[in-house]
Amino acid sequence: MALLELVDLHVYYGNIHALKGVSLHVEAGEIVALLGANGAGKSTTLKTVSGLLRPRSGSVRLEGEDLTRTPPHRIVERGVVQVPEGRRVFGQLTVLENLEMGAFTRTDPQGVREDLERVFSLFPRLKERAGQVAGTLSGGEQQMLAIGRALMARPRALLMDEPSMGLAPLLVEQIFDAIQEINRQGTTILLVEQNAYMALQVAHRGYVLQTGEVVLSGPAEQLRENPEVKRAYLGG
Amino acid sequence: MWRVGLVFGAVASFVSLAGLVEALHGRWVVDGVLSTGQVLLLAIPMASGWTAARRSSGSLAARVGAGLVAGATVGLCVGLLVWLRSQVDLRGMFVNASPALFQLLSGGRPPQAAWPAAVAAGGVMGLVGAAGACAPARVTRPLLVGASAALSLALFQELVLLVLQPESLAPVRDWLFVAGGGPTAQGMAAVLTLSAALAALRHASRGRAGRLALPPRAQRMAWSVVGVLLLAALPVAGGPFLAQVLVIVGLYTLMGLGLNLEVGLAGLLDLGFVAFFAIGAYTVGLLTSVGEHGIAHWSFWAAVPVAVLVSLIAGVILGIPVLGIRGDYLAIATLGFGEIVRLLVLSDALRPWLGGSQGVLAIPKPVLAGFEFSGPQHLYYLTVVASAVVAYVAWRLQDSRLGRAWMAIREDEDVAEALGINLVSVKLLAYGLGAAFAGVGGAIFAVMVGSVFPHSFQLLISIQVLALIIVGGMGSIPGVMVGSAVLIGLPELLREFGEFRFLVYGAVLVAMMLLRPEGLLPAAAQRRELRAVEEEPVELARAAVGAATEGGG
Ligand SMILES: Nc1ncnc2c1ncn2[C@@H]1O[C@H](COP(=O)(O)OP(=O)(O)OP(=O)(O)O)[C@@H](O)[C@H]1O
Ligand SMILES: [Mg+2]
Repeated sequence: MALLELVDLHVYYGNIHALKGVSLHVEAGEIVALLGANGAGKSTTLKTVSGLLRPRSGSVRLEGEDLTRTPPHRIVERGVVQVPEGRRVFGQLTVLENLEMGAFTRTDPQGVREDLERVFSLFPRLKERAGQVAGTLSGGEQQMLAIGRALMARPRALLMDEPSMGLAPLLVEQIFDAIQEINRQGTTILLVEQNAYMALQVAHRGYVLQTGEVVLSGPAEQLRENPEVKRAYLGG
Repeated sequence: MWRVGLVFGAVASFVSLAGLVEALHGRWVVDGVLSTGQVLLLAIPMASGWTAARRSSGSLAARVGAGLVAGATVGLCVGLLVWLRSQVDLRGMFVNASPALFQLLSGGRPPQAAWPAAVAAGGVMGLVGAAGACAPARVTRPLLVGASAALSLALFQELVLLVLQPESLAPVRDWLFVAGGGPTAQGMAAVLTLSAALAALRHASRGRAGRLALPPRAQRMAWSVVGVLLLAALPVAGGPFLAQVLVIVGLYTLMGLGLNLEVGLAGLLDLGFVAFFAIGAYTVGLLTSVGEHGIAHWSFWAAVPVAVLVSLIAGVILGIPVLGIRGDYLAIATLGFGEIVRLLVLSDALRPWLGGSQGVLAIPKPVLAGFEFSGPQHLYYLTVVASAVVAYVAWRLQDSRLGRAWMAIREDEDVAEALGINLVSVKLLAYGLGAAFAGVGGAIFAVMVGSVFPHSFQLLISIQVLALIIVGGMGSIPGVMVGSAVLIGLPELLREFGEFRFLVYGAVLVAMMLLRPEGLLPAAAQRRELRAVEEEPVELARAAVGAATEGGG
C-alpha cells in the first residue's frame, strides 16, 4: 500500500478550478518529483495534502487512511510535514527557536534532542548560527533552516515546495544533496520543483502537472529522456 | 541646524499656545524664582541645541556652533510669536494666548525688545544643550539625574507635601517648602546635588569590578524584599489619594497583562478589549449588588471566579467569528465587539436586568474574615495581590508550550499551521485568557467604585491599554507595569494638567515610535541578552530543546 495516495483531487479557489482530478501516489522510501510550469497547481497539491486546503472531491490517503477531513495539525502529528514555499522562517526568532518550533507536536524530549543533532549534522551551518536571529540568515541558510525545522517534527513524509527557488547553483547542489541524505535516512519525500533537471537527478519517479492535471508520469530516468519534458523543462 | 531649531521653535510655540506653559507656570521649581513652565520653555532650546550638536559631525567648534544656532532659532521663533501677537489678535484663534502667557514669554519686555532677549536666551540654552551633547556621559548623566529629581519634586510637590504632613516631619517640610508655596532654593539645591552626587558615585563605581560583594542571586533577593516593602508601604505613606491612583494603575496593569497575551504574544490586535473589563465588572455588580439589580447577593469572593469565567467565555465568543480575520480587519471587527457590549449594557431593552444608563448600584465592598476592604488604601492591597497572581500566571503561560504556539502564530500564521499548531484552539485560548485577566480587573473596579455604568467602558480605555503595552514593550510583562505607571499613573497624579493629558500622550507615543520603537522594557531584547551570555551554542541548544519539550510533554 502506498504511503501517500492522492485520488482524483478537485480543488477550487472560488470559481478557479485549480486541480482537475489529480491522482498520484508516493511509496514509502521514495523521492517523487512533482514538476510543472508556474500556476500548474503544484503548491495547491501540497497544501491539499497538508490539509491547508480542502478538496471539493477526491481524497488524500496516508497508508490507506483518509486524511481529507483531518485538520492540519493532526496531519502533522500523523507524520506528514510541509516545508512551505519561499523559505518562510520565523524571522524574529533565533535559529534554535525556529527548530524548537518545528518540534512543536513532539512529546519525546530524547527523540527531539537526537533530531536536533541530526539536523545540525545535515546542515553544520545551522549549528554555527544556532543563536542568530533567523531573519538575518542568507537565503540558502534560511532554506536549510526551513527544511531542518520541518525535520524536527520527525516526518514520515516530507513535502517540499520549491526548495531551490532563488538560490545560487552551488547552494542548489547542497540542498539537493541534503534532500538525498534525508531520504537515505528513511524519510519519504514529495518534491515540488521548477528545476526539473535537478529534481529528476534525485527523484525515483516523477509527475508532470499542467493546468491542474497530471499529463505525464513515470520513472525519473524515463522522464529525463522524454522529448516533451526535454523541450518544456530541460531546455532542449 | 536651522531646521532643527525651527522644529523645536514650532514645538515651543505650540505648547505655549496650547496653554501648557501657562498651566505649568503655576507650579514653582523654586518659589518666587523659577516655575516649571519656565523650565519647559528653557528646556526646548536646550533640547534643540542638543539634537543639533548630536547630528552635526564636524569639529567640536562646529557642533557647539550648531547647538548655538539651533537654540537661538527657537528663541527667534518665540520672539516672533510675541511680536506677532502685538500685531494681530491671536486670542481669536487661540483661547490660551492670554496676556499672562505673553508676559511670561517676553519676560515683561515690550514686544520689539522681546525678541533679542529671546534669541539670546535661546542661544545660551542651545549652547548648554550642545555642551551636554559633547561632554562625556560621566558628566552629563549625574546632571541629568539631578535635574530630573529636582523637576520631579517640583511636579509632584503636592504629593510630597502630603507625605510630609505629619507634625513630626514639620521641620523637613519647612526646610524644603515655603509655607503655602513652592520648594525653597536650599531644598531644591540639596535635592539636585544629592541626587547628582549619587548618580556620579554610581557611575564611578560601575567600572570597578565587584563593588558590592553580593552574588547576583542575593542581590536579586535583596531587591525583591525592598520592592515588596516599598509596595506595602506606599499607600500608608502616600495616603488615600496615592492609593487610589495606584489602584487605577493596578487595574490597567491587569487589563494590560490580558491584552498583552492577545496582542503582544499572539499578535492578535484587539481594539474592543474594554468589553471584557466591563463584563467582569457587570458580573460582579449583578451577583453582589444589594440594590434593585442584584440577583444573588453573593459575596465578592464567590462572584470573582464567576466573573473570570464569564469574561473568559466572552473572550472565546469574540474569538470564534474573528478566527479567520487578520490584520486591519481584525482591528475593526474587535472594535465593533467593544462597542456592541457597551451599547448592550446601555440599551433600554436590557434595562430591567442591567440598569441601562443608570447602571448597577449598591455594590458592597469585599469583606474577608470580618475585615472590610473599604477605602482605596485597602483595595490597593487587593489589587496588588491580584496583579501579582495574574502576572505570575502570564509569566508561566509565556514560557509554556501554549506561549510558544502564540509566538509562532504572531510570527507567521501559515507556517505555524504547517508545523502542526492548532490555530483554532490556540487563538481562542489567547482571547479567552486575555479576557479573563481583564475580568479580574473589572471585578475589582466594580467594588472600588461601588457601582457600574456603561459610560465607564469607553473605547478610550481600550486605546489606552493598547498604548500602555506599546510604550512598555510588546510582549513584556514588566513592560506592562511600567507602561501603566507612566501612561496612567503619571497623568492621574498630575490631575490639574488633565486637559493636556492627550497632548502629552500623543507626544510621548510619537517620540517613542521614533526613538525607542521596541518600548521601555522590551521582551525580546532581554531574552537575547540572556542568550548572549552563553558561549557554546550546542550545549545551549541541548538544554533549550530539552527544557522546551519536557515542559511541553
Ligand atoms: N489563494 C488563491 N486564490 C485564487 N487562486 C489561486 C490561489 N492560489 C493559487 N491560485 C491559482 O491556482 C493555480 C495553481 O496555483 P499554484 O500556486 O498551485 O501553482 P504552482 O504550480 O505552485 O505555481 P508556481 O510554480 O508559480 O509556484 C494558479 O492558477 C493560481 O493562480
Ligand atoms: Mg507554487
